[in-house]
Amino acid sequence: MNSATVRNLLVRGMLAGLAAGVLALLAAYLLGEPSVDKAIGFEEAHAHAHAHEHEVEVVSRSLQSTAGLATGVLVYGVAFGGIAALAFCFALGRVGRFGPRATALLLSGTALLTVYVVPFLKYPANPPSVGDPDTIGKRTTLYFLMMLLSVLLAVAATMLGKRLAPSLGNWWATVVAVAAFAAVIGLAYAFLPVVNEVPEHFPATLLWRFRLSALAIQAVLWGGFGLAFGELAERLLNPKPATATGRAVPAAH
Amino acid sequence: MAQTVAQPTATTPAVPATLPLKAIAPWAVFFGILMLVLLYFVGAEQGATSVFNGTDVHEWVHDARHLLGFPCH
Repeated sequence: MNSATVRNLLVRGMLAGLAAGVLALLAAYLLGEPSVDKAIGFEEAHAHAHAHEHEVEVVSRSLQSTAGLATGVLVYGVAFGGIAALAFCFALGRVGRFGPRATALLLSGTALLTVYVVPFLKYPANPPSVGDPDTIGKRTTLYFLMMLLSVLLAVAATMLGKRLAPSLGNWWATVVAVAAFAAVIGLAYAFLPVVNEVPEHFPATLLWRFRLSALAIQAVLWGGFGLAFGELAERLLNPKPATATGRAVPAAH
Repeated sequence: MAQTVAQPTATTPAVPATLPLKAIAPWAVFFGILMLVLLYFVGAEQGATSVFNGTDVHEWVHDARHLLGFPCH
């Protein structure tokens, strides 16, 4: 029965991830694509200076900005929806006195912060034409390292908070755990190598808009996921009493 | 409709029962890995490392990769 509950939550997580992915896709298309196009315009205008191998167009721009973008964002939404649902199964009833809906929103807020915002502040999203193709290996390693570090530290901080809660109380245990997380992340920021490959004369406003839109996409994705999945999980785990005969028993199936 | 008020819900949502780790583990292992593979194909395939030859996957998800914050090229 418990295994069935996990399966049901996983399916709902992936569906909520898909729905949130649709919202994020909308944000990506409306807010992000104009900046991507302008950045590609910049790249082409400066193509003579940088011998960039973009002559052969494997996938046309109109496909990249629609079907390609949709594939990427939706798969991303479903995948993170599934992972978040599994994390939710673990977190439910273990992180504190939160019901399913609150747990889901708390989890997705934490995920936005640890999976995206923390790595983003050190290695922000870059539009086309920013980034040296020769350093892609190093940049990819650093980015995923930062992501992994952030997630592991968030888990560690949660465990620390749980351990301190009996002696310090919930409030101060949370404050100490978050401060410890911030301190170690700060150390990582200070010691991991800096990446700055913005070409000369690349418009600062364009870079800013691109990065802001990248942040907005994630906020929409995780915000939408938290609300949608929370609602689905609440309905699954705490079904409303349908009739006056009493509470529907979730254990019945 | 009036019947719905008949039950004064004194039951404030209590702390939900935890799901046992034994029930979560198999799903977490199989689907966790599957989801990570999906993320790899969206985020990194044919960038830093390649499972398939060529640049089709990279070019197809090109815009998503930039806008989702992955290092692209």
